[in-house]
Amino acid sequence: MARGKIKPKLPQSSDDPRVSVKLTVNGEEVTREVSVRMLLSDFLRHELGLTGTHVGCEHGICGACTIVMDGKAARSCLTFAVQASGREIRTIESLADPDGTLHPLQQAFQDCHGLQCGYCTPGMIMNILSHLESDAEIDLSDAGVREILAGNLCRCTGYQNIIAAVRRAADHMAPKAGQE
Amino acid sequence: MKPSLFDYVAPRSVDEAISLLKEDSGAMILAGGQSLIPAMNMRLASPSRLIDIQNIPGLAHITVGNGKIAVGAMARHREVELHDGAAAANPVLRAALGHVAHIPIRNRGTVVGSLCHADAAAEMPMILVLTGGSVLVAGSDGRREIAAQDFFQFHMTTSRQPDEMVVEAQFPVLPPGAGFAFEEFTRRHGDYAIAAAGCILTRNGAGAVATVALAACGVSSKPLRLFAAEQILAGTRLTAADIKAAGDAACAVVTAPGDMHATAGYRKHLFASLVRRAVEKAAARAQ
Ligand SMILES: Cc1cc2nc3c(=O)[nH]c(=O)nc-3n(C[C@H](O)[C@H](O)[C@H](O)COP(=O)(O)OP(=O)(O)OC[C@H]3O[C@@H](n4cnc5c(N)ncnc54)[C@H](O)[C@@H]3O)c2cc1C
Repeated sequence: MARGKIKPKLPQSSDDPRVSVKLTVNGEEVTREVSVRMLLSDFLRHELGLTGTHVGCEHGICGACTIVMDGKAARSCLTFAVQASGREIRTIESLADPDGTLHPLQQAFQDCHGLQCGYCTPGMIMNILSHLESDAEIDLSDAGVREILAGNLCRCTGYQNIIAAVRRAADHMAPKAGQE
Repeated sequence: MKPSLFDYVAPRSVDEAISLLKEDSGAMILAGGQSLIPAMNMRLASPSRLIDIQNIPGLAHITVGNGKIAVGAMARHREVELHDGAAAANPVLRAALGHVAHIPIRNRGTVVGSLCHADAAAEMPMILVLTGGSVLVAGSDGRREIAAQDFFQFHMTTSRQPDEMVVEAQFPVLPPGAGFAFEEFTRRHGDYAIAAAGCILTRNGAGAVATVALAACGVSSKPLRLFAAEQILAGTRLTAADIKAAGDAACAVVTAPGDMHATAGYRKHLFASLVRRAVEKAAARAQ
């Protein structure tokens, strides 16, 4: 029987129109030829191997794919790679030191038990980081922190520990009196 | 989940964008992408060509002058929200923007994109209607201004022609001494409104209502002015009975069918409360 011999004719490459993109990711300049329909989330994960950026709902609700673009938090699943051309992207991989020392925000998540499965954590952290690093004053009241976290869903922790982690990180990252 | 195939162009001028729109009836403008890309990811939208307007110079402005706040097509929700000049000129914009999605989405999404998308439950279309604003539209035959009342037609439908692009939205400043309020109810922070009401009101020296505008979103197939409720309030001293009558009258516009968030009856009940609250708050803020 010829059953075993059927070979699907899968194309080796797609007919997608391609476009050249050049952007800075975690301080490194990258240039790639990609399909115009490639999402920034897939670009980071598949083209650059930066799999710390997680993909959840792919329509903007869950926040797992949040990255920092030109200093502001953005959904990488709601941005085409080509739209990010010429821009500066930061992902979760840029936070810890090369020797593995955690960034104060990551450390605060660990200390406060702000994660369980960890799937939402990179998006949470990049979103919070954009606020901690911005010049605007950050409102650490319950309502203020909840407003920041409102666009990131977590299905394990119940958020209380994440709110605590935000406050702890803000405290650690604030310039101490007498220090520069 | 991936969008279906499309061509991508990033024109450098409004004229170029318009001729691209004219060339291809399946083409769509890409602004912040915060409504269009989710729709494409779910293949609810499959444009043949995306015309990305982010590189067109002169579209990202937010300027206050001549009695209005002009918001360019690439000005992001968050930029308008944080613009102190815009907030001083008409604080109802900032009040409503706080309810539009979440900060990362407001960082990318544009006010004009939201007007063009014209979701019947979206906040900014309602603010354009409430303030009596307009949009400036560019097409092959030049530019025209469309008043908010004529722009929004139905769910996700505006009077913009397929070969036209909106270049600017114009929100009138708050009248001197006016009070304002924006009241919304949602199940979760950042969701589209189950119902929302906005109010702008001035009082005369004797404390009676001199002018009043009321508008709503989430309750019908487009954002609406609440003319019947306005008429009830005009000239009154805003007694509890006046305000209750206005809320009750406003309910007549609720045509949104019941859904998983609210039955039709609940939405009416809710909306009457939101209208009453908006009037009370605006009245308290009016000088
Ligand atoms: C999770 C989530 C929650 C959200 N919640 C809310 C909410 O509570 N309230 C709310 O109002 N919105 C909400 N939004 C939508 C958000 O406000 C969008 O940013 C906005 O609706 C569209 O703006 P945009 O710039 O992203 O437009 P795009 O997505 O780029 O475009 C939207 C539509 O408008 C057209 N368009 C855009 N600009 C122009 C132009 N200049 N001329 C002609 N046509 C144009 C496009 O072709 C497309 O059809 C939410 C989005 C997400 C992902």
